[in-house]
Amino acid sequence: MIPKLNRWKRFADWDERPLRLDKFAAEDPANGFSAFSSPADPKPGIAIKGGRVVSLDGVLEHDYDMIDRFIARHHIDPEVAPEAMALDSATVARWLVDMNVPREKLVRLAHGMTPAKLAEVVSQLNALEIAFAYSKMRARKTPGNQAHVTNAKDDPLQLAADAATAVAFGFDEIETTMRVSRNAWSNAVACAVGGAVGRWGTLFQCSSEEAEELRIAMAGFTSYAETVSVYGTEKSFTDGDDTPWSKAFLAAAYASRGVKMRCTSGAGSELLMGFHEAKSLLYLEARCLCLQRGMGVQGTQNGGIDGAPLTATIPGGVRELMAENLIAVWLDLECASGNDARSTESEIRVGAKILPYLIAGSDLICSGMGSILKYDNSFNPSLINGEELEDYLVLQRDFEADGGLTPLPESRAIELRERAVEAIAAVFEELGLSTPTEDMKTSVVYASGSDDTRSLTPRDVSFISEAIKERGITVIDVVKALANRGFREEAENLLNVVKLRLSGDYLQTSAMIRNGRIVSAVNDPNDYLGPGSGYRVSEERRLQLNDIRDVLDQKEVLRSEALHEKDEARHIRYRNLGPAANGSANDDVVIGISPAFGLKLYRTTAGHRLSEVLGAMLDAIQARGLKARVVRFRHTADTSFLGLSAARLAGSGIGIGIQAKGTAVIHQRDRQPHNNLELFSNAPITRLEHYRALGANAAAYALGEMPEPIVVPQRGEAMGSRYHARVALIYAIETGLTEAGAAPEEVEVMLTGAKS
Amino acid sequence: MIRTRADYPLAETQPGAVTGKRGKSLPEITLDSVLAGDVTMEDLRITPQALQAQADVARDVERPTLALNFERGAELVEVPQDFIMQVYELLRPGRAKSKEELLEAAATMRDTYQAERIARFIEEAAETYAARGLFTFRF
Repeated sequence: MIPKLNRWKRFADWDERPLRLDKFAAEDPANGFSAFSSPADPKPGIAIKGGRVVSLDGVLEHDYDMIDRFIARHHIDPEVAPEAMALDSATVARWLVDMNVPREKLVRLAHGMTPAKLAEVVSQLNALEIAFAYSKMRARKTPGNQAHVTNAKDDPLQLAADAATAVAFGFDEIETTMRVSRNAWSNAVACAVGGAVGRWGTLFQCSSEEAEELRIAMAGFTSYAETVSVYGTEKSFTDGDDTPWSKAFLAAAYASRGVKMRCTSGAGSELLMGFHEAKSLLYLEARCLCLQRGMGVQGTQNGGIDGAPLTATIPGGVRELMAENLIAVWLDLECASGNDARSTESEIRVGAKILPYLIAGSDLICSGMGSILKYDNSFNPSLINGEELEDYLVLQRDFEADGGLTPLPESRAIELRERAVEAIAAVFEELGLSTPTEDMKTSVVYASGSDDTRSLTPRDVSFISEAIKERGITVIDVVKALANRGFREEAENLLNVVKLRLSGDYLQTSAMIRNGRIVSAVNDPNDYLGPGSGYRVSEERRLQLNDIRDVLDQKEVLRSEALHEKDEARHIRYRNLGPAANGSANDDVVIGISPAFGLKLYRTTAGHRLSEVLGAMLDAIQARGLKARVVRFRHTADTSFLGLSAARLAGSGIGIGIQAKGTAVIHQRDRQPHNNLELFSNAPITRLEHYRALGANAAAYALGEMPEPIVVPQRGEAMGSRYHARVALIYAIETGLTEAGAAPEEVEVMLTGAKS
Repeated sequence: MIRTRADYPLAETQPGAVTGKRGKSLPEITLDSVLAGDVTMEDLRITPQALQAQADVARDVERPTLALNFERGAELVEVPQDFIMQVYELLRPGRAKSKEELLEAAATMRDTYQAERIARFIEEAAETYAARGLFTFRF
C-alpha cells in the first residue's frame, strides 16, 4: 500500500531550489521593516520665515536634528519651496511619468521639496512607472557601467589582467578593494596600470580607509572616490563616525585635489545599524539624498548598496530600491544605481532585479558589477559576476538595450591580459618592487580566478604595497617606468587619466570618458521627451551589442553539414530507382524521407548519422518479416505529409515519415494528416533505440497489432532555445528543395557498414 | 570672466588656458616632458581658478549646491594635506571637546588660508554640534 504523506511533494521540490536560501522578513514598521511608509514617517510640510526654513516635515527649527538642520540650510531652496510643497503629490507623480513635462521643470521643483514630500510623490508610482520615470529623469543621456576588480589574494598581476579585461568590456569605472588593508597601494598601482591597457579613460577607485584613500588619490593612482557614506538618522550618522559637516568637508577636500567623488547611501543601512527610528526605508533614504544634494556632491552610489540584501527581504523592498534611485536622479544627482551586493540566491530574482535598470539606462547601472568571479570579489559577490557576465551581454542583445558593455572576443582578451601582466611586471621590476617569474605571469594570463593562479601571495603584496607608500612613489614614477620598458601607449593612457584633474571637467555631474572625451550631464544632458528622444541605441552600437560569440547562421550550418557529408559517404549510398509505385502486398511498409535527407543534410539534431537512423528502422521492420521500401518525397518536407504519403503508397497502409533533422511519424493510410499513429517530435533527444522501436511499432501496426506507443522521455529541456535556430536554418534547406507536384521516387539504400 | 556651459569641457575648448599649479598648460604636459623630468605632481594639481570655472559652469546649468562645493574646494587647494585631515578629524563626532576647538580651526582657515566659506562652514558645524550635544566624550 502506498503510504499517505504529511506534505505535498512539490513543496519538498521547492525546498531544494536556491530561492529557499533567501530569507524573507515580515512587514513590521515599528521595528523598521517597512519599505514605503510607516506610521512614524512625518507628513510633508514646510514653513519659511524671512528666507529661513523654520519648520521641516513637522519638526520646528529648535528641534532639528543634524540632518534636518543640514537639509534646511543647504538643500531647500526657499524661493522654490512654497510652490513645490503646495503641489498635489499625485499631480507631481503624474508629471514624473509624463513625457511632455520636461526634466528641468521637475528638477527645479525638487530643489524646494522636503524628504517626506519626495517620498510621498514617488510612493504613488508602481514599479513600471518608477523605471520609466528613472529613464526620463536620470541626468546624463548615455548609460554607463562600473566593475569591481579584486581578487582573493590581492595579487597585483591578476588585478592588472582583470582591470584590462574590464576596460575592454567597456566598463566606465573600475573599483578595487583589498583583503588586507595595507595592500591598498599595491592594488591601486596594479589597477591603474591594468586599466591603462587597450584604451584610456576608465576612471578608477581604490576603496580604503578615508585618509588613506585621499592619499592614494593624491599620488595620482586613482581618479574617483565613492565610499563617503551618509545615513538618514542622526544616531546612525554619528555611529558611522561622521556628521553631515565632516562628510561635506571631505567632499570639498576631494574637489580641491581634482578627484571625482560621489557619496554612498542606501536603504537598510540605518536598520542594520540599529537606529531606524521606526521610519520607512524610503523616507530615511529621501533624507540621505537631500543631504547629498545639500553637500554639493555631484552624485550618489545609491539603491540599497550593502543594505540591498536586507531591503530585498521586505515586502516591496526591490520596488523601494528603484524608488530611492528615482529620488536621486530627480534631485539631479549622478546615480551609480546599486545592483552590486548580491541580494538573492535566485537567478530569476537576479534577472528581474537588473532588467528595469538595463532598459531604463543609468549613469552606472551597477556599482559595480563583479567582473571577476564571485569568490574573488573582496566587496562580497555582486548581483552579476564574472560567472554571469555573458548572460548580461545577451540581455543587452535581447532587449537592444545599452547596458554599457560590449562583447569581447576570447583572443583579444588573452592579448590584453598578456599585455597587462607584462606591463605591471615591468613596472615592479623597474621600480625595484618585485620580479614576477614567467610561471607567475603565465598562470595569471589564462586564469579565470585566483584559484587558478600561482602568483604573488598576500604577504608578498604587503611588502610591495608598503614600499610604494614609504618610498612616496607617484603616478609619474609609474608612467616613466612604463615608458622606459616600452609600454609607451600605456604610459600615455595613464598620463591622460591624471591630466583630467587639471581642468576638473570630470568633477561635473555624471562625468565619464568615452573615446577620449568627457561625457557628462553638462554636455550630454538627458533630453527625453518621448519616443525618438533621449538615449537611443545607434545602428553602430546595436551591431556591437549583437556581436556575442558562437552565433549561428546558414553558412555555419552548411559548413558543419559539409563536414558530415564526407563521413556519411562512407556509410550509405542512395540510388534513385525512378517513380515509386503503389504497393499492394500486406507486408509492404514505406519509409518516406524528406527532400534533403542524405543529399544536403546528414545528421539528426541529436547528432545521429542518417545512415544509422535509417538502418535501425529498416532492421526493425525486416525483423518482423516485413518488407521496407524507402521513398523520397519532394512535394513536401512536412513530417505529417511525409508519413501520410508513405502510408498511402504502402501495401500495408502503414508508413513512416522522417525529416533529415530526425523528426519522425508513423502514419496510416486513411487518417487525417495531423492525426497520426505516433509522433517523434523531439528529435534532439530521440536516440537510435527510439528509431529502432519506431520501426518495430510500424511493423506491428502493419501486422494489425496494437503496440505500446514509444514515449521519448523529456526532462523539460528548453528544446526551442537549444535547437530552433539550427532547425529553422536546416528546415529552410529542406523546403528549398521541394517542388510542387514532384513525384515520389523509389530509393535503393545501400548501407556499407563502414565504422567511423 | 564667468564661464558658462558653452565653455565646457574646458580641457577641450581652451586647453592652453588650463594649467597646473606651476603654470604648465595641458598641451605642455606630454609623455616626453614627463620623461624629460619636467613634470612633477604639482603640475598635475587642480588650481582654484579651474575649480571656480567649474563652479561657474555648475551654476549655469542650475546646480547651485555643486557650485558651492567647488568653491569650498577652491579654498582648500592651498591648504596642506595634513591640516585638511586634521580638520576633517576634528569635525567627526566627539573629536572636538568644545565648540572653541572648531572655532579655532575655522579661524585658521580664514586667517591663514583665506578660506572664508570653509571657515563659515566649520562655524556652522560648531553651532550645530553644540545644539546637538556632540562634544561629548566618546571612548
